[in-house]
Amino acid sequence: MRHFSIELEELNHKLLEMAGLVEASIHHSVRSLVEQNRDLAQQVIRDEPQINRMEMEIDGLVTRLLALRQPVARDLRFLTAALKINTDLERIGDLANHIAERALSLMHHPLVKPMTDIPKMASLVQSMLLKCLDAFVKGDADLARSVLLADDEVDALRDAVYAELLVIMQRDPGIVPAAVDLIFVARNLERIGDHATNIAEDVVFLVKGIDVRHHAEHIEKTGDPAA
Amino acid sequence: MSQEGSAPSSQATPSGSGEQKTGNPPAAKKLSAVNLDFFYGAFQALHNISLDFQENHITALIGPSGCGKSTFIRTLNRMHETVKGTRLTGQIFLDGKDILTEDVNAVRLKVGMVFQRSNPFPKTIFENVAYGLHVNSFQGGKAAIREVVEKSLVKAALWDEVKDKVHESAFGLSGGQQQRLCIARALAVEPEVLLLDEPCSALDPIATAKIEELLFALKSETTIVIVTHNMQQAARVSDFTGFFLLGKMIEFNTTNVIFQNPGMTETEDYVTGRFG
Repeated sequence: MRHFSIELEELNHKLLEMAGLVEASIHHSVRSLVEQNRDLAQQVIRDEPQINRMEMEIDGLVTRLLALRQPVARDLRFLTAALKINTDLERIGDLANHIAERALSLMHHPLVKPMTDIPKMASLVQSMLLKCLDAFVKGDADLARSVLLADDEVDALRDAVYAELLVIMQRDPGIVPAAVDLIFVARNLERIGDHATNIAEDVVFLVKGIDVRHHAEHIEKTGDPAA
Repeated sequence: MSQEGSAPSSQATPSGSGEQKTGNPPAAKKLSAVNLDFFYGAFQALHNISLDFQENHITALIGPSGCGKSTFIRTLNRMHETVKGTRLTGQIFLDGKDILTEDVNAVRLKVGMVFQRSNPFPKTIFENVAYGLHVNSFQGGKAAIREVVEKSLVKAALWDEVKDKVHESAFGLSGGQQQRLCIARALAVEPEVLLLDEPCSALDPIATAKIEELLFALKSETTIVIVTHNMQQAARVSDFTGFFLLGKMIEFNTTNVIFQNPGMTETEDYVTGRFG
């Protein structure tokens, strides 16, 4: 096995290790919210610096490989995708941290309403992240594309949460602080969906060499920028 | 036998091959090889190569040792005819005329060549550049010859370094300077196509960078074909790249596609160093 392949394998391993940490952070942050579990929320906050350290380590490794190995073709696509996926994973870690902080804040207030849409959103974005990471591991562009479709559903749920909380806040201004926390949680989950979408787009590029961001594929085929 | 203007389109053109839009207008076809087979005695070194070279563009030919890329580039100005026991079938068109049916000296005036090892003549720098003019019975006087020599050395980015010693031996130049001298010598007869067979393989990175900059400058007036073992060099200098393997052309496309998202597994394995 050539030495460069071993280095790429090492990078792949580190990315998956980071993805595992990030997945656990989302899972714990959502559970801490739904179950009002202080320990889990605090664990997410404690784990965040490790995710940040891994981001820097992976950045350093990719930069070194770009400089020293001058990769081309699929090696180049892998390294550029790794750099972007790394950033998205770190941001997801941040967002999980924000959710954990809101969960702790919400523990000081009575429940605004029974949580239905937020757990649904959480389950959806966790599934998106799982699928895009699975697609990354397997090099499966079709699986990655399936993640892109799910993002609209997340956006719709976020809108539903906003609308419902708006009505509740108008009716009872006393619950505004707690409702604002929930709105931020919905916003954070929606952003996690966006980052999972970014990762899925990077996986399609990695596997197929096709840029599917911003409807680029449609514009390329049809010349229609209004897509 | 081919007729003027009858060159058919060869199979290996990058148009319609999935390349992303570059915004550049399509280039004219300057040189084309069509169904080329080549034999050293009984050994077939090239198998049915068809390839178009676009005018004022640089095309790189890459592939492992023995893949036939140097053999192929030598057919493009009929240098293969200097090797006994070789046989070529197929056609090579320059501006629609089959060069295999033309006067060989006329062909080599239009299609110049620079080799892997610089090969200056045991003469002065000036005489090296002027040599092609003398051989081809240049009609101008001494002043015109001086002008061509200076112009060629300027084009080869060598003039500033040698203007005070043009009547000294070419052997006093460094390896990189000697290679640029050979390019100046090729340019003196104003070739339409310049073939370069691993021109930088014996040069240090600075001399290599000078040659590469020179190629960028020259392509506005010349069509350039370069054989190189250096993947990064092919990626840096060329507009199009052809990948050869075992005497066959496996893939031809824009350099961008070949080095970012090649279509063939063999190409990807070669450019990423997994080959073999």
